Amino acid sequence: MSSRHFRLGFIIFLTPVLLWLLTLIVIPHIDLLIASFQAENDQGKLVFSQENYRNFFTDSVYWYTFVRTAFYSILVTVITFLLTFPLAFYITKIASKRLGGFLSMLLLLPFWVGELVSIYGWMILLRESGVINYILLGVGLLHKPVPLLYNDFSMVLGLVYMSMLFMVVPLISALESLDDSLIEAASDLGASKFTIFTRIVIPYAAPGITSGAIVVFMLVLGDYLSPNLLGGKNSLWFTEQIYNEFIASFNWNQGAAFGFLLLLLSSAIVWLGLRMSRQRLDKAVGA
Amino acid sequence: MIRSMPRSLGYRIGYAIFVILFYLFLFAPLIVISVLAFNDSQFVSLPWNGFTLDWFFADGPDRVGLFHDPELLHSLWISVETGLIVAALSLVVGTMGAFLFVQERFCCKEPLYFLAIAPLVIPGVILGISILLTATLVGDWIEKTTGIDLEFLRPSFWLVILGQFSFIATFVLLVVISRLKKFDHTLEEAAMDLGANRWTVIRRITIPFLMPALVGSFVVAFLMSFGNFNTTLFLVGSDATLPIELYTQIRDGSTPVLNAVSFLLIVFTSGMALLYLLLSKKE
Repeated sequence: MSSRHFRLGFIIFLTPVLLWLLTLIVIPHIDLLIASFQAENDQGKLVFSQENYRNFFTDSVYWYTFVRTAFYSILVTVITFLLTFPLAFYITKIASKRLGGFLSMLLLLPFWVGELVSIYGWMILLRESGVINYILLGVGLLHKPVPLLYNDFSMVLGLVYMSMLFMVVPLISALESLDDSLIEAASDLGASKFTIFTRIVIPYAAPGITSGAIVVFMLVLGDYLSPNLLGGKNSLWFTEQIYNEFIASFNWNQGAAFGFLLLLLSSAIVWLGLRMSRQRLDKAVGA
Repeated sequence: MIRSMPRSLGYRIGYAIFVILFYLFLFAPLIVISVLAFNDSQFVSLPWNGFTLDWFFADGPDRVGLFHDPELLHSLWISVETGLIVAALSLVVGTMGAFLFVQERFCCKEPLYFLAIAPLVIPGVILGISILLTATLVGDWIEKTTGIDLEFLRPSFWLVILGQFSFIATFVLLVVISRLKKFDHTLEEAAMDLGANRWTVIRRITIPFLMPALVGSFVVAFLMSFGNFNTTLFLVGSDATLPIELYTQIRDGSTPVLNAVSFLLIVFTSGMALLYLLLSKKE
């Protein structure tokens, strides 16, 4: 009786979880794969075809956008790391406990406010009639406004801005557990600052660095708002290609193929990062 | 080099300047938005023309404030509704999953767990298009065979909820799992020994223990839904959520009313985030 009761409870718990994972994760991704291998024939019927992938490899615009997106995602990940690592070190090792706690709390705020609002803020700051130009003209550093918006610079800036939190949190938690006496001992034994950083701090923080890099790379690769609102007319992002196929051209099969390629790239990088740092997925994403 | 060791003056000053510049960079966009929401000017730019609340309360004809803009108010309401439903749904299913993965043993637990955390590393755009594809496929099939057009399988309010739920449930799952792992099972056993049945134990002991994690993850789930753009973009129907509506308006050009909305969002989300921090401090 008690065991049957228990099994019933188990099924009640299992069913919604299975429904969630099957209907919203597994089946849609199988559908995505199938749709990517279908195209309309001359009679307008959907048949098996490799056309969508052939288009990707033969049309240089698609190729170019894909490589460009991957390249800029790596660049943004590196810049984000270089910018947030000194900050994480300051918060965990230099600032007093109270100041460090306060500073790390402040970091969270722009994240909660959301990407769209921050991007809007950057648009107001950067555009020709924007606040930065107004100030630079006002103090006499410029004679006429410079266009700072709608180019690769502003796009990268927006992407770095929205990624910083996802890099700095794993860095802080990695550096927090680094025992100060290791650094003190190395210094007592005559190691230079540079040696301490490259031989102790960086290797110790390596798992945190990989976690941050994986999440940032994936988010940047799949971002739509920054490239779309801050990037220039010619600065295409691969998610925009997907959007164009789905919403503008209404060629869902082509869009599905692009989506699948993006998923492949993102999964490959995540897998590579995990292999290199010998971590499990759930540990790496912060669980 | 670190706080316990002597540092040169140059090192200290250089570092202080870096940290100040970093936080300036971090808060610059939020500060200009907030300031210009109160500027008495038709344009979202300096110079400062004096303080006004017009962009919140004006009732036309020259200026229409946020609280008299039916489209923005409607999308705000849609976002609140969506957020509450997604958070509730994610909370229930995520918590059930946490119990399953921490307390039960069954076949295929490992691959199922892997699937449950996979949404964290799937780009939101991909979740959006794949769910759109499947929903359309099923919707077309049902319409063809029965003649009934199910609205929730078309881009609509409910499809947005399904799409957001598909990955927000994962966050609830992870938060509840980490709390559940700290749970002392002897408490449950003691209650059972004293004659409590399993449901009483869950209601009186397990749930109260989990409460901080449950409330915290509800807040986080709500905020994630409220701010979601990438997945929502592909699933949204005629009921635009606030991020979608804001995006459309920002793309078409800025007005101080958008600053007013953003200002309220900044105030509201900071409040929620503060609440969440206080809750997790207690834990």
